Amino acid sequence: MKAAGSDPIIQARDLTIGYGDTVVLRDVTFDVRRGEIFVILGGSGCGKSTLLKHLIGLYPPMSGEVLIEGENLVAARGAQRRSILKRIGVSYQSGALFGSMTIAENVRLPLEEYTSLPDEAMELMAWMKLRLVGLESSRAKLPSELSGGMQKRAAIARAMALDPAVVFLDEPSAGLDPVTSADLDALILRLNQTVGTTFVIVTHELPSIYAVADRVIMLDKQRQGIIAEGDPADLRDHSTEPFVRRFFHREAGEVPA
Amino acid sequence: MPARAALIDVQRARAGEPTRIVLSGDLDAAGVAEVWAPAKEAADKGVVIDLAAVERCDSAGAALLYELQQGQGARLENVSAEVASLLKPYGSGDFPSLKPEKSRPESAPVAVGRLAVAMAGDVAEQLTFTGQATVAVLAGLLRPDRVRWGDMWRTVETAGVNALVIVGMIGFLTGMIMAFQSTVPLQQFGVDIFVVNLVALAMLRELGGIMTAIVLAGRSGSAFAAEIGTMKVNEEVNALTTMGIDPVRFLVVPKLMAAIIVTPLLTVYANVVGIAGGLMVVMLFGHPWAAVYNQLVGAVGVNDVLAGIIKAFFFGALVGGIGCLRGLQTKSGASAVGESTTRAVVSGIFLIIVVDALFAVVFYAIKL
Repeated sequence: MKAAGSDPIIQARDLTIGYGDTVVLRDVTFDVRRGEIFVILGGSGCGKSTLLKHLIGLYPPMSGEVLIEGENLVAARGAQRRSILKRIGVSYQSGALFGSMTIAENVRLPLEEYTSLPDEAMELMAWMKLRLVGLESSRAKLPSELSGGMQKRAAIARAMALDPAVVFLDEPSAGLDPVTSADLDALILRLNQTVGTTFVIVTHELPSIYAVADRVIMLDKQRQGIIAEGDPADLRDHSTEPFVRRFFHREAGEVPA
Repeated sequence: MPARAALIDVQRARAGEPTRIVLSGDLDAAGVAEVWAPAKEAADKGVVIDLAAVERCDSAGAALLYELQQGQGARLENVSAEVASLLKPYGSGDFPSLKPEKSRPESAPVAVGRLAVAMAGDVAEQLTFTGQATVAVLAGLLRPDRVRWGDMWRTVETAGVNALVIVGMIGFLTGMIMAFQSTVPLQQFGVDIFVVNLVALAMLRELGGIMTAIVLAGRSGSAFAAEIGTMKVNEEVNALTTMGIDPVRFLVVPKLMAAIIVTPLLTVYANVVGIAGGLMVVMLFGHPWAAVYNQLVGAVGVNDVLAGIIKAFFFGALVGGIGCLRGLQTKSGASAVGESTTRAVVSGIFLIIVVDALFAVVFYAIKL
């Protein structure tokens, strides 16, 4: 049922972002299409996570706008902002599960905040979401009782609690072993194909990129912008950008003496 | 695409026909919240759920259908491909019971025993820590180059200098309030000049030190616990240990020394402003400065001043030590840091009062 159409679900328009007076990215424009797995790439410190935090409205950009399903997240306030945020789910680098709640309670939290479903319905939905990520038997456990990979999966289940149109994942495979990392890739693909969720992923794990990405953009620190966009295998084989080639072929740069 | 409210229509069983529940509209979170209770009530074994008129179904709808089908035994009809794919991952009857088993409450003797063991363990830890910290501070005095003086002076600033305003305000107001409240009854007997004795002795022997120590426990003891506790959660304390650096020497000694230095100084300051507040009220009631001054000099001896300052050293060690200990005892998780902070303040204040009571007995015995 995968239908990566041309219909853009997220539009970043002339986005300039940074912290304080420091500009990290300047005049960045790109679209994420509905139903695709979109990966943001780049070397360390090039602003991948910063870009993600601006796309989900954690920080206001210096200029430019972010449209989610055509609505401007930057300008939205109050009920409109809540309505946009309801349509996105985010899984943070560390999982960011609430340590004092069980896994099931973590998944239930958005349901309790945004819906008026009866208690048993929320309980059942939390179980169903955890079942999707293969954690239904751990639902009564606290996050601290789970391994890193399980925490990431639980965070994805929580991000998907309200059936969001887009799920953002910040470095989902950071700190995971290759097998767990591959399992996570398979989970992302399955959710994308069965539920039709759009994914925006920040990562620099090459195997994950080849496994899941429909389209990638690559950011560059020096040029403060996008230096490549397209299919990852295509970029690996045909890109003329030296950094893009080095990235995909894992070649070392010039090591400072 | 505007949302259409979910509707439910129950067509009761007629001759040969089973009961039909016709669901229509959008089976999203809002819709399901409306139809959940009536649908569950009507659905039963053999009941048919007709989904032909369902426009859209999300995971809330899937949960409803799962519950009706697996929980109540109803049969689904006219299931679209979209709904079927939503229900596909969930086989029959594998949703385990919702309610986790209740653990039996502990009997009173067991609970008391457990509490006693925990308290004994805590006391043992406090004693061990007191020993470790004392050794580390003494070692620091013998080998001053091993002490992190920069950290210590920073703590002197945050715990001492930055506390001047609050300690001064509390001391001044306490002196004033005490003087004011006691002047009124003492005036009836014409001995209100003795308010000077009352305020001066109370501030010097008890209140100045205790108030300072309690403010310090609230401001700095909690800060020590939070700082070391966060380092513990972030495994920074483990990093120190594996580098062969004693966390007590590295983290505790500077804070402990700073607390021992600033508490007596702040106590002297609180005493001075507290007495000043009291004297101001006495003078406002019409007593001249010369009379007030003579009364003060006659009432206060060196031993009164010393008694307060000696206690302040111990209060400082207590507040600093318990703050650091609670930090080091922090378990994992964000709530653990909050718990350590609370424990640092509560046990800090409790120990201040206990030690103060002990000193009252000791000072009485040695006639200080």
